[in-house]
Amino acid sequence: MNSLPILSIVTWLPTLGALIILVLFKQGQSDQIKKFATAWFGVAFVASLALLKYDRALGGMQFLEDHQWIPVIGARYQMGADGVAVLLIVLTTLLGVIAALSSWNYIQKREKEYYVLLLLLQTAVVGVFTSMDLFLFYLFFEVSLVPMYFLIGIWGGENRLYAAIKFFLYTLVGSVVMLLGVLKIYFLTQDTALTGRITQGTIDLLAGNQQAAALVSSTLQAAAQNGTGTFNILYLQSLGSVMPMGAMQVLLFFAFALGFAIKVPMFPFHTWLPDAHVEAPTAGSVILAGVLLKLGTYGFYRFNIPMFPAASADESYFFAGTNHQFGVRSIMIFLAIVGIIYGALAAMYFVVKKDGDVKKLVAYSSVSSMGIVMLGLFALNPNGLNGAVLHMINHGIYSAALFLLVGIIYERRHTRNVAEFGGLSHVMPGYAAVFLSMVMTAIGLPLLCVFISEFLSLRGAFEANPMWAAWGALGIILNAGYMLWLYQRMFFGTIDNPKNEKLIDLSAREWIYMTPLIIMALWIGIYPKPFLSYIERPVNAVVRQVRPTYPIPGMPPGVDVQQRAAAK
Amino acid sequence: MFLFQANSTALFNVADLQLIAPELILTVCACLALVMEVILPYRKSKLVAYFSLLGVGLAFVSLGLQWWSVSDSLPLDGFYGMVRIDGFALLFKGIFLVGAALAIAISTRYLDIEGEQHGEYYTLVLFATVGMMFLACGYDLISLYISLELMALTFYVLVAFTKREKRSNEAAMKYFLLGAFSSGILLYGMSLLYGIAGSTNLGEIGRSVATIASATPLGEAAGPSLRPMLLLGMIALASGLFFKIAAVPFHMWAPDAYEGAPTSVTAFLSTGSKAASFALYARIFIEALNSMRADWAPMLGLVAAITIMVGNWAAVTQENSKRLLAYSSISNAGYLLLGLVAGNSYGYTGLIIYLLVYTLMNMGAFGIVISLRRRGIIGDNVDDMAGLAQKAPGMAAMMTIFMLSLGGLPITGGFIGKYFLFGGLLQRGAAEGKTWYYWLAGWAIINTVVSFYYYIRFIKVMYLGDRIADDKPLSLSPALQIALAVSVAGIIFIGVYPQPLINLTQKLIAPLAAIGAVAVK
Repeated sequence: MNSLPILSIVTWLPTLGALIILVLFKQGQSDQIKKFATAWFGVAFVASLALLKYDRALGGMQFLEDHQWIPVIGARYQMGADGVAVLLIVLTTLLGVIAALSSWNYIQKREKEYYVLLLLLQTAVVGVFTSMDLFLFYLFFEVSLVPMYFLIGIWGGENRLYAAIKFFLYTLVGSVVMLLGVLKIYFLTQDTALTGRITQGTIDLLAGNQQAAALVSSTLQAAAQNGTGTFNILYLQSLGSVMPMGAMQVLLFFAFALGFAIKVPMFPFHTWLPDAHVEAPTAGSVILAGVLLKLGTYGFYRFNIPMFPAASADESYFFAGTNHQFGVRSIMIFLAIVGIIYGALAAMYFVVKKDGDVKKLVAYSSVSSMGIVMLGLFALNPNGLNGAVLHMINHGIYSAALFLLVGIIYERRHTRNVAEFGGLSHVMPGYAAVFLSMVMTAIGLPLLCVFISEFLSLRGAFEANPMWAAWGALGIILNAGYMLWLYQRMFFGTIDNPKNEKLIDLSAREWIYMTPLIIMALWIGIYPKPFLSYIERPVNAVVRQVRPTYPIPGMPPGVDVQQRAAAK
Repeated sequence: MFLFQANSTALFNVADLQLIAPELILTVCACLALVMEVILPYRKSKLVAYFSLLGVGLAFVSLGLQWWSVSDSLPLDGFYGMVRIDGFALLFKGIFLVGAALAIAISTRYLDIEGEQHGEYYTLVLFATVGMMFLACGYDLISLYISLELMALTFYVLVAFTKREKRSNEAAMKYFLLGAFSSGILLYGMSLLYGIAGSTNLGEIGRSVATIASATPLGEAAGPSLRPMLLLGMIALASGLFFKIAAVPFHMWAPDAYEGAPTSVTAFLSTGSKAASFALYARIFIEALNSMRADWAPMLGLVAAITIMVGNWAAVTQENSKRLLAYSSISNAGYLLLGLVAGNSYGYTGLIIYLLVYTLMNMGAFGIVISLRRRGIIGDNVDDMAGLAQKAPGMAAMMTIFMLSLGGLPITGGFIGKYFLFGGLLQRGAAEGKTWYYWLAGWAIINTVVSFYYYIRFIKVMYLGDRIADDKPLSLSPALQIALAVSVAGIIFIGVYPQPLINLTQKLIAPLAAIGAVAVK
């Protein structure tokens, strides 16, 4: 184990900052508070950079921490991160700094509470990525709702009360149903008939390295001593390999999937997202799009797919015995594709609508984008999963950037109506350039980050079923359509609205927080290898867990775990 | 009971008094408080409150000593089986004492404002607590019924305590009539049980019921089956108790009584009285009627499902915060019933932890409502909390924690309680191979989302609006502030580090859980 509990530090540092603000600053000192909070976010970001020394050749869960917490129910304070989590954590902390910087002018009331909540939100979100204990994960997952509720509800737009409660209740429905799944799977770890069939090979595969595997066995020992089950995520994933396919696994899959699907959000659970985005303050949107949505896709990657591999890969559970081929995976793929197309069409509608809101457009484009992530995930092959995970990061970069850009123009004009703008490139050339770079990123121009991840996701989908890839590609074409159309309507042509004549271009502060996002978009687009190398090994392990015999480049051919267990 | 008496030599065993030491201390203190009230001048009658708090504290200490000295030799029977001290009784007594202490602490200033600062109030609270404590340790239908009446009678008076106020009188009348009615039904059920078993001792009844329930109707030599009568008795008992815990369809009295009663009494009524009724419920249904589990578990499950739904949906439209909390307490009775339905270690642990946490959070919530009652301002509408976050940030933060805990958000105690309640249901469903337990758990958990809608309303008016209801400062007394702080600290502690509490609870209720966990086909 590491001498320095780096994951705990990264997780709890923001909370410490929130406490400092609560205790040391007074309500009136808004200037000091915002500077302090931003600096503190910077510190948290720098601290999280230490995670980049994640050993990519070793793979698996690293930076492990393990402490006793509630032994009577088998819950432990266990932290660990694989390459996927590392990238998402760094993305979160980076967006934290940017969100704080972008709020300096935007937030004009109750600044103290605002920055306290922003910091607490970061703890909750980072905690979701760092937990290696399902109970701990669930706490962070659900608590993350509360700060976001306040951020939307206090500093949001006109309809903020409605949007805040809708956001809260919608996402709550999913997570309470998930609680039943959490409880059930915990009881399953006490079912010796089931756990007896778990092989060490499975645990080693999912743990990825010696230390993590050792942690699992020490956790199991402690649980056996107390006569409890365990919440260790690696062990739960291993349990998945021996869980019989049937009603129980399918129900458990959906209990978890509902919680995550609402977070993602997948069609038809997406309706909270446009409302929340439109009403949320810019920083809220940045965190919401950049990070909170990833809690859902990350959940699918971390829990649903490895924990219920048979259900995830299933294509014939429903209508069994008939000619129809329809299973759990078919539902997920279907909803993902509908989400891609629907999100894109809805976004396009907001370009032409008379009072089309740019923020709503970006929100719907997120629905479409997250559909691509889901399509990649449920392609269940190395290309698809790698692409999907990378797309989570990329979407965090470009959608955050787009929301920031929308926020910038909103601060100047107090409207986000597409029809109000036109010819902006004449008065705000810098802004137009940055916006163009992000639009190009969003539509997947080669050499920009989204191209890589969309290409990989769709290639994975193609390997699974060419039709899926075809539908996904249609969504991408629509994406390009409305993004370019939007850009044309806002930035080209002449300025026909006198209010737009005297707009100021980007300020130094705005350049500062936009630059890292542009650099990241270019870097991942031109040379994605460093990023892919973080996610490759953990992702391939998941593929191997779900489809033991699927050929994975760079890994020895696998043996069916079920067969292996049977042979034993 | 009389059967046993014949076998024993001594009529009264002085050593038995040790078993009821906490109750004795409270009774003595209550009597002294009554005397103090007469001696002290009116403006000093607050001293009675502090004296009563001291009494509760002493009783708590004696309870702790009892636990420390006899925890290895539980259960202990006394008074010819009238009283049984076991882990279950000790835990419940602890909850009642915490509730009583908080109730007294939040009352002092409130009664001043209401102009009803009389020492009898505290005497009545103490007597009610004595009744509750005997309910937890009674092991005989007679002792149980007497304790129930002791508690109920004091509460009738307490609800009417602001005697100049119409609403309070009306509430007391309703509560009294329905309460007396339900006691009658309960007594009817008890008499049937006595008729069947020939004993009022719960253990004896349990053994007789087991033989009757297991006997097949056919092939019996000894006359007609007693099963129908047993079922009738069980249903009468269950209905009487549904009244007491305010479960649907016997919940009608609760909103009116809760709204009309003085707020401090409402707080105690909704926590202490409910917890005590649950103690009685658990005692009778686990110890005496466990072999009829297959009959009563579906019934309780159905009532729980309806109660949760009705309580939650009715609360959504309430404008008065006391009434809203009354409906919330109805729905919480439904959640607590789930613990009995589960009937295993998880279920009982959930029941006890949730009752403790519920006592803390409900007391806290009512404490905040009390602090809004100022001279000339009633302050019991949800809207009266508007802008509290700016006027009194500390109070608003505490109210937020109480509300989130009532809803069951993680890192609050409410989550831990619900976690065990739902876990118990799932475990029972797996053990018996019945799917309705899963559906019940799913139904209950989906309804927590509804409950969040109205709990969040408090948070909404406190934080999200820019309007402030009024500029008058809150009426806070040190006792109230301490009570609120203790409640918040307890809720957060239980939520973040529940290990000691779970450990203690599971250990103390293990014998009971062993009875309940026997799967009935």
